[in-house]
Amino acid sequence: MTMMTKLLGAAAGLALSAGAALAEPALIFDLGGKFDKSFNEAAFTGAQRWAEETGGSFREIELQSEAQREQALRRFAENGNNPIVMAGFAFGNVLSEVAPDYPDTKFAIIDMVVDAPNVRSVVFNEHEGSYLVGMMAAMASESGTVGFIGGMDIPLIRKFACGYVQGVKAVNPDATVIQNMTGTTPAAWNDPVKGSELTQAQISQGADVVYAAAGGTGVGVLQTAADEGILSIGVDSNQNYLHPGQVLTSMMKRVDNAVYDAMEAGTDLETGINVMGIANGGVGYALDEYNEDLVTADMRAAVDAAAEQIAAGDLTVHDYMSDNTCPVE
Amino acid sequence: MDYLTILQVLDSTVRLATPLLLACLAGLFSERAGIFDIGLEGKMLAAAFFSAAVAYLTGSVWNGLLAGIAASLALSAVHGLASITFRGNQLISGVAINFLAAGMTVLIAQDWFSQGGRTPSLMGGARFEPITLPGAEAMAGVPLIGPLYHDLISGHSILVYVAFLMVPLTWFVLFQTRFGLRLRAVGENPAAVDTAGVSVIGMRFAAVAICGVLCGIAGAYLATGLQAGFVKDMTAGRGYIALAALIFAKWRPWYALSACLLFGLLQAVALRYQNIDLGAFVIPVQVMDALPYILTVVILAGFVGKAIPPRAGGAPYVKER
Repeated sequence: MTMMTKLLGAAAGLALSAGAALAEPALIFDLGGKFDKSFNEAAFTGAQRWAEETGGSFREIELQSEAQREQALRRFAENGNNPIVMAGFAFGNVLSEVAPDYPDTKFAIIDMVVDAPNVRSVVFNEHEGSYLVGMMAAMASESGTVGFIGGMDIPLIRKFACGYVQGVKAVNPDATVIQNMTGTTPAAWNDPVKGSELTQAQISQGADVVYAAAGGTGVGVLQTAADEGILSIGVDSNQNYLHPGQVLTSMMKRVDNAVYDAMEAGTDLETGINVMGIANGGVGYALDEYNEDLVTADMRAAVDAAAEQIAAGDLTVHDYMSDNTCPVE
Repeated sequence: MDYLTILQVLDSTVRLATPLLLACLAGLFSERAGIFDIGLEGKMLAAAFFSAAVAYLTGSVWNGLLAGIAASLALSAVHGLASITFRGNQLISGVAINFLAAGMTVLIAQDWFSQGGRTPSLMGGARFEPITLPGAEAMAGVPLIGPLYHDLISGHSILVYVAFLMVPLTWFVLFQTRFGLRLRAVGENPAAVDTAGVSVIGMRFAAVAICGVLCGIAGAYLATGLQAGFVKDMTAGRGYIALAALIFAKWRPWYALSACLLFGLLQAVALRYQNIDLGAFVIPVQVMDALPYILTVVILAGFVGKAIPPRAGGAPYVKER
């Protein structure tokens, strides 16, 4: 009897999970965690919006360690989830191994290019968005010194830094930009104490606007900037509300749109490289009731003009990842 | 590098060394009594969360501090129960505490605040504000000593001063009192202590409890002094660096102070100057980050002095039957 119940239960469970998983999209967050108020949270917001608008549901997993990447990916693929969206460059290697094994499943990876027939690679022109906030930083700065605090030292974060510096120099060629990276391991995305210390160090070197591209570490940067009475710039999600009136703006990277689009397309997901830049609303700066007093009319005019030029192709911002160098320091 | 820059780096050193120092002294008490404690990290993390959560809910940072100490004490009790009462492996118990704290804090935070495993930002009375020591403003104008007093010694939160006062206090308790003598004896030769009619179990539990209190203060300092709230995994390995500092300090309080200040200085310098250009070659920032561990290995290997742990460390005490 008990054996029978167990068997029946198992069969029912299988049937249920198979039914529920039918072509449901899946989303995998990176190590920063789903609610990092930044990159991963933006991905979650996009998926959430898709679920609300279509009434669909999606599977999700928050990774705890590097070793889980392949496991999570294969689990979802075996489970029949389609498409599977990955938030983070770090999935690149794993996906190029896994994708050929599941030719009927569509994958979307954000921030990385994986060359496979069933993968959509979404890359953002972060250097363009960073250029815009760099211009604003230079215009808001009184000391002529601004700061940049990155998370883990990887080419992607250097791309943010390089765009930012170019924006700063475009407004004020004599400005000094102090650049710091939090660390070289994934722990650098979640160390607000170090973020605070870096901010203090930059303030003592004269910085009065700091731009944090550092995931959870950025929370410490924004907090210290607010405590010390200088301006900060958020990243990925709109972080203006964290410290109203003290966050100059946020460099918006519309990861939410990328996730939304991928889920919306469902199994018909178009593969190949998808570049999200200023031209198609992939990146931009945030303006809302929390920072409207900080952003002057001059700033808006200058930044919007630059945005138009970039969108039209009249102004090119150097992409660090194209040759791993930055023309300005 | 001018005088003011040196002061700023030292100021940063003090802030970074404080949690290390508290955790290191916590480990000192525990290990001197023969209980190895890998779980410093987990206790700090749990204390960081509960101090931030309770400070937010009650609006008082002092309640937060008490809650942090209570959380850390609870984990200490688990460690004590597993490794003293039930004579389990101390290292495994410590590792378990680290995992427990890492998962539990995020889970409870998500349940209470629904902000994805973090607490809301603390405001006003829910944080430890920097305190200005008497005369700091008046002294600021005096050359050399003025900035030193105003920028470096004054202007930290109260827990920093508590941490530094703990060093002479620890020295006094361990080396000048009967309690300290017994505590050290329990770590060297528990059978002798037992023969003298003193409870080994009681002494070890007392040591583990002191360890819990100090870890609690360290965690509360991270979440409510340095930061304004809890973020998952915010201890970022500081418990392990504290353990390294403890070995580096050869289980002595004053050496612990200098080891923690040295490790803090290394971090502060690494944060201030990403890559140090020495003209002939450049020291990359990774070297500075790895230096605490390298130094510890050098000490352990016996190249510079010798680190001898308490003799009965790691071994549960079994009374002769």
